[in-house]
Amino acid sequence: MNTQTIDSNFAPWENAEETPLIDFQNVTKRFGEFTAIDNLNLKIYEREFFALLGPSGCGKTTLMRMLAGFENPTEGTIILDGQDIAPVPPNKRSTNMMFQSYALFPHLSVADNIAFGLKRDGMAKGDVDARVDEMIRLVQLGKFAKRKPDQISGGQRQRVALARALARAPKLLLLDEPLGALDKKLRQETQFELMDIQESTGTTFVIVTHDQEEAMTVASRVAVMDHGKLVQVDTPDRIYENPNSTYVADFIGDVNILKGHASKTDAGCTIAWGEGQPEINTSCGTELRGAVHYAIRPEKIAVSADKPDAANVLKGTVLDIAYLGNISTYYVKLATGEVIKAQAANNRRISRRSFTWEDEVYLSFTDTAGVVLAQ
Amino acid sequence: MNILRRTALILPPYLWLLMLFLIPFAIVFKISLSEYALAIPRYMPQYDPETGIWHLITQLSFENYRLIGAGAVIAVLSGIALLAALIFLFYPRLRSAFSGETDGSLSDRLAAFLLGLAAAAVLVILGTIALSWFFPSLSGFVELQDHLYYTAYLSSLKIALFSTCLTLAVGFPFAWAMARSPAQYRPMLMMLVILPFWTSFLIRVYAWRGILSQTGYLNQILMALGIIDEPLVILNTNIAVYIGIVYTYLPFMVLPIYATLEKLDESLNEAAIDLGCTRTSAFWLVTVPLSRPGVIAGCFLVFIPALGEYVIPELLGGSNTLMIGKVLVEEFEKNGDWPVASAVAVILLLILIIPIVLFQRNQQKNQEAGL
Repeated sequence: MNTQTIDSNFAPWENAEETPLIDFQNVTKRFGEFTAIDNLNLKIYEREFFALLGPSGCGKTTLMRMLAGFENPTEGTIILDGQDIAPVPPNKRSTNMMFQSYALFPHLSVADNIAFGLKRDGMAKGDVDARVDEMIRLVQLGKFAKRKPDQISGGQRQRVALARALARAPKLLLLDEPLGALDKKLRQETQFELMDIQESTGTTFVIVTHDQEEAMTVASRVAVMDHGKLVQVDTPDRIYENPNSTYVADFIGDVNILKGHASKTDAGCTIAWGEGQPEINTSCGTELRGAVHYAIRPEKIAVSADKPDAANVLKGTVLDIAYLGNISTYYVKLATGEVIKAQAANNRRISRRSFTWEDEVYLSFTDTAGVVLAQ
Repeated sequence: MNILRRTALILPPYLWLLMLFLIPFAIVFKISLSEYALAIPRYMPQYDPETGIWHLITQLSFENYRLIGAGAVIAVLSGIALLAALIFLFYPRLRSAFSGETDGSLSDRLAAFLLGLAAAAVLVILGTIALSWFFPSLSGFVELQDHLYYTAYLSSLKIALFSTCLTLAVGFPFAWAMARSPAQYRPMLMMLVILPFWTSFLIRVYAWRGILSQTGYLNQILMALGIIDEPLVILNTNIAVYIGIVYTYLPFMVLPIYATLEKLDESLNEAAIDLGCTRTSAFWLVTVPLSRPGVIAGCFLVFIPALGEYVIPELLGGSNTLMIGKVLVEEFEKNGDWPVASAVAVILLLILIIPIVLFQRNQQKNQEAGL
């Protein structure tokens, strides 16, 4: 799957000289006693597809609504394209928003919904029509232009909402859970369409989602949020492979977390964790000492009936097997009582598997498979 | 079995309709076709078992209808209906001619509507002239023997229309404020709107006499504040009737509008603002069009009872407040002319059928649209 933009060198966030399109500077937002956003700093660059990811109530929607202008920061400034946007009312901002409910005007046809923003700009009638046609072609809704929103399907409504938000060619498009109302198959198709549209229009997209898979698929960078703070802002692969905390590791995908004690060796470090269990060897290169967490993804752990030759080998019994067709997840119970999840692709027929429930198996992983985390 | 069950289900409402509407209406209609008599009851019995039913039918007379000018009322009503139908025919075409495929601006629509109205009016007038030219005998149909009834119908129509507009002007902001207030206050506000119903309607209207009379509270306060020197004459004028109707029927306007506004998704408003609307233009372009079903329902709920209103003009209106409900009661009680009173009631019902049918259609359309 293509999780990157076409230009694989697209990484303006690594270039210190690049001016960001959006710059949150020490932004705090309070609703009465409740702090929704807590002293947040964030730079988002032009042409980025930026995902805000987090559980509900983490402040991601508030962040987006501050960009749209429906909320104002209690403290701090937000710079959009070199300009402090606090005094700019929402109808004067060069941002447009695609609402979670789509918020299509039920009394207007698809074409009139798309034309709504253009007419407010005082665009000439001929230009409005041309632009509406262009947007309808972009989202492939030619046949439905004259229908009312309640006469089209959920997926089509989602496209109308996108076309309406893009019609005014905003510098920044905000998408609030844009695919939440679609079923899984349609959601996956639409994710790629969103990426294509983002690339072809060159607009900066900021998407709010609680679906980590969606964030990973579409975004050039993902920000994981918790309690009004950014926990980690990075590319999807780095978020997944190098989470900076157990919170991120646990939030994105599946993970085994072992608590232990790290000490330095020549190759890297070893982690002593369970009584009677071999120490985990890891070349993580971290300077962490003392109490640590070792996080390892299930798919990086191999399961076998015979003892393999690997940097780390653990022994346990198969407690449960979750068969998902293409892959199986094995829940293996160690002597310490700890249950480790291991995932293997079912590239052989299941009847040929050499172990099953209650069997003794070996779990193995390399010294680069996991990461050591302080918290 | 199935048919039996279905019949059992449908029967009660139809029986209800038969007993409480159709039978009384048939009686009133029968009286309206009979002749006045100084007897008890105050009309000539038409059906005589000896002469039979044929005699009854040949003896029926529309003399009462002729007296109250029913022909003219029907002619005016059909003229209005024709006008409305023609506007409905012209308006969409004119609008698309003015503004092309998309919905035009307000001025485009207004121009299209006015042009449609003008064209329809010209056609109706031409039609009327043509009719009277080719069928001169028709003039007898619309001839007025007594202007009282005709004027009362028109005056009722005017008062009902005007007070509906007033109630809308007061009720819409009311409903809007209710729908926009914090969710925890809404049930209480709703309660406050309904609360007056706990007191007798008659007492509440009487209370307005105390407020509006020359020595009433309103004049006392205004004079004490030095705003006026002479007491205002409000009671026993049409103004008092308008105040009474707006006051009495306000909840009927507020509740349906509130129901549609409350269901409106706040994100629609935000979307409009996000797309470049100011708060005001978002209100006119999104909130108002989407509240239309509620506005229409509210207007009918006020207009229909206001048209036949009797208590309010009787208690608050003056001798020159002419409303058909008042005329009807006078005819019935003071004149004791049951046949004419019945004819007045039948024509009033005919007039009311039009808005009731339109109201039903509006409700049905809303149900289909899931609003």
